[in-house]
Amino acid sequence: MNARAAVLLALFAGALAVAPLVADRYVLSVLTTVLWFAYLGQAWNVMMGFAGLLSLGHALYVGLGAYVSAALFVHFGIGPWLGLWAAMLAAGAAGAFIGVLGFRFGVRGVHFALLTIAFSEVARISFDHMAWFGGSGGLFIPVAADGGDPLNLRGSPTLFYYVILVLALGALALARLLLHSRLGYRWLAIREDPEAAEAVGVDLFTARIAAVVVSAALTALGGVFQAFYFSSLFPEQVFSMGRSIEIILPAIIGGIGTVFGPVLGAVILTPLGEVLAWALEVSGLDLPGLKQLFYGVALVVIVVYRPDGVWPWLARRLGLGAGDR
Amino acid sequence: MAGNPTLPFQRVPWMSFDYHLNIVASGLLTGLIYGLAALGLSVIFGVVRVVNFAHGEMMVAGMYGAVLLSGLAGLDPVLAAPLVAAVLFVFGWLLQRRLVNRFVERPEHMQFILLLGVATILLNALLLVFGPDSRSVQVPYGFDTVELGPLLLDEVRLRAGAAAIVVAAALFAFFRFSRTGKAIRACADNPLGARVVGLDIDRLYALTFGIGSAVVGIAGTLMVLLVDARPQLAPEYTLLSFIIVIVGGLGSLPGALLGGVLIGVSEALAGFLLTPSLKTLFSYLVLILVLLVRPQGLLGKRS
Repeated sequence: MNARAAVLLALFAGALAVAPLVADRYVLSVLTTVLWFAYLGQAWNVMMGFAGLLSLGHALYVGLGAYVSAALFVHFGIGPWLGLWAAMLAAGAAGAFIGVLGFRFGVRGVHFALLTIAFSEVARISFDHMAWFGGSGGLFIPVAADGGDPLNLRGSPTLFYYVILVLALGALALARLLLHSRLGYRWLAIREDPEAAEAVGVDLFTARIAAVVVSAALTALGGVFQAFYFSSLFPEQVFSMGRSIEIILPAIIGGIGTVFGPVLGAVILTPLGEVLAWALEVSGLDLPGLKQLFYGVALVVIVVYRPDGVWPWLARRLGLGAGDR
Repeated sequence: MAGNPTLPFQRVPWMSFDYHLNIVASGLLTGLIYGLAALGLSVIFGVVRVVNFAHGEMMVAGMYGAVLLSGLAGLDPVLAAPLVAAVLFVFGWLLQRRLVNRFVERPEHMQFILLLGVATILLNALLLVFGPDSRSVQVPYGFDTVELGPLLLDEVRLRAGAAAIVVAAALFAFFRFSRTGKAIRACADNPLGARVVGLDIDRLYALTFGIGSAVVGIAGTLMVLLVDARPQLAPEYTLLSFIIVIVGGLGSLPGALLGGVLIGVSEALAGFLLTPSLKTLFSYLVLILVLLVRPQGLLGKRS
């Protein structure tokens, strides 16, 4: 990272830090969504962008994180600061399970992606039938009556905004740290050429499992945030295929395998979606699906014309040197 | 699948061999249509080596095609099938020529993401045009049943299953006997070799994508006899086709048909013996099992 990049990053983080002072409730909620998707995209990127493992079922880990922490709170009064460890453990274990099954039996490429979808669908249907988790009727976290309880992550939108801001910046730092670690270099070697990596002594199995577990556990943390921010969980929503696609969009648009890509992707995508929704509302048109249609077009345009994502291009334009930092 | 039609005798409290036989026969007929849809996916993957993630969307487009033709011209879905197939053939051809062809040499995940985008566009275009409510077709034989020995089968299911067999047989014959079919198979076996002997690979790829799309379109027109058309069915059908193709063996055409029948029967039985909402779970468990025990599928060859 050169000096120019450091200054820009500091300005960006600083602007986000003071945003609640000037932003109204609506803008704050949009920013919260942006940061949430930036965070999830970052977590997904660890698997796809770093280790070259395509997961199309990341809603599974979001959902596991959300449901485990929410159920612990609802049934036993265990707060999210403790519950998040259980959530990360559950998602990490699920990721390890899928990884071990997949990699042990040589399930690769398309088949691995389908395995991830299959498990997230299994979770969706199973949670629909589990009464302890609220079943298809949903699981609800009671809203605190008296101004909130920050220790249990019950509070104002501003509280949630700062929580997700810290999470997103933390994930950014962690991704950068990982990418320049021994493990990160191993992942990149595997992504570029598994056979060659194996030939020089990289243990493919453990490195890939590590990628799935790290990605799953990070994603689960985003799930904990979701559970307490929205206070309601429905399997049809949480584990849906559409959610998995929403998670991968920012990273793809921003740039797979780059650290700033998922952030940029979320910054571009979420406000555009909001503008579209606003335009529809103003024009009085009731067109369900137009926003998703727009996401689909964005996806196709990006993979056709800028398959490396927007960030590497923007980084060059801003004079930040190589875009993959 | 959530959209699976209710089966005859589904809620009869007593059970006997005949009832189970009926369930199996119904599941088998539905499974033939599943198998036909999966055939389309298998043809495309086997030749172009691209996974068509928009497969279920094309199938639902076929369903709506049948609904439209039935509403506008009073055409029976079985007779509407060739028209719908022609439209989807052109769509598949153009999709391959204009978009997918530039991705043939690109990494697998990029192809996947591209078709995911196409699927999202198609699904929401269907939603915009037709709305979220389900649409059905009315046929004069809609409530008739046919007695075959101990079996009592819905006429719609029987006709749809028979039509699926005819289309599948035509497809097999095309690949086995016609010159173009043989050329496509040569392309699938060895693209470089096919190019060396002077085959126009780009044209054959486009043709294959068109054929695969036409086949799934026909599967859609037949399916609308059993299930009301809804955009939300599309992702389910995509996943179902994947499951069937993987269970049967990627690239194996008989495998796709066998897998379809297997999933159709197991769904019907699971819906009958367990609760109907759990039957999809059953298909996924079959998939996970096959991926682990025999990743090449029942009739697939180890690559």
